Amino acid sequence: MEAEAAKLIGAGLAAIALGGAGIGIGHIFGNYLSGALRNPAAAQSQFPNLLLGFALAEATGLFALVVALIILFVF
Amino acid sequence: MKGEAAHGAAEAAGGLALDPMHQFQIHRIIPFKLGGLDLSFTNSTLWMFIVVGVCAAFLLLGGSRLVPSRWQSVKEMTYEFVAGMMRDILGDSGRAFFPFVFTLFMFILAANMLGMVPYSFTVTSHIIVTFTLALVVFVLATAVGFVKHGAGYLKMFVPSGVPAYMLPILIPIEVISYFTRPISLSVRLFANMMAGHTMLKVFAGFVVALGILGGWAPLAMMVALTGLEILVAFLQAYVFAVLTVIYLNDAINMHH
Repeated sequence: MEAEAAKLIGAGLAAIALGGAGIGIGHIFGNYLSGALRNPAAAQSQFPNLLLGFALAEATGLFALVVALIILFVF
Repeated sequence: MKGEAAHGAAEAAGGLALDPMHQFQIHRIIPFKLGGLDLSFTNSTLWMFIVVGVCAAFLLLGGSRLVPSRWQSVKEMTYEFVAGMMRDILGDSGRAFFPFVFTLFMFILAANMLGMVPYSFTVTSHIIVTFTLALVVFVLATAVGFVKHGAGYLKMFVPSGVPAYMLPILIPIEVISYFTRPISLSVRLFANMMAGHTMLKVFAGFVVALGILGGWAPLAMMVALTGLEILVAFLQAYVFAVLTVIYLNDAINMHH
């Protein structure tokens, strides 16, 4: 296989990691929502933690983007 | 390769430059070489000065009265936001680090927000900038740990309450996780900024390519994405500050 084609396939494979980031973000918001509906009084105090968890989960997907960019432009 | 594809799209759209990576290019404004070092004044440098200027103007102007004006209220809210976050995580033991964390937060927030202005340059979309910031945090936290606990800070790498035969596996894991902190801290900020701006540019390309009839759908999407990006710009500054405080907390009140 040509190196160019292998690079493109590798960059595409790196995008699979977005599935994990999607699961993580859905998990965080879903669990926050179910927790907030059970105990609305405590919901507001946990909002910063929600945003922190969202940002950490989203960053995992972006690491995959960095891997894809390294494959495409560095090698 | 990618450039060619983008140029093809650009020609189809009437010759506009639509390369999504073009916005990250650094060019010299005032070339300056010192020995083998390239110390030119670049557009990145210019925008760092603008970021610091905006931060300073925001905090220095607007007065300081007993009954605050609206501007002063925003300033006090910013201060209280960071101070409250530090109190929650670090307690009163880390008040000496408040100026550092507040400066870091304001710089990253202003850099991210100014990056959302069209035709501006996002300082934090370059890994060398974010890596330098993360390295400062890492070196500071490590130095604080060693100053505070001496050689006992090495206990950080030895998890407590673990059977001894597990330690040969766990200690290398702890060491690796400690030393990848600056990498994850810097890549998180840089990748968020770069991916966000690339995505906005790609969607802007769709608007131009679909023309006046079909371009409205991606345009509506652009408005939503811009809102998301402003949220991300704030969130990443917040996350960077929170993680800085968590690392300082690990160094000051060792958990292990």
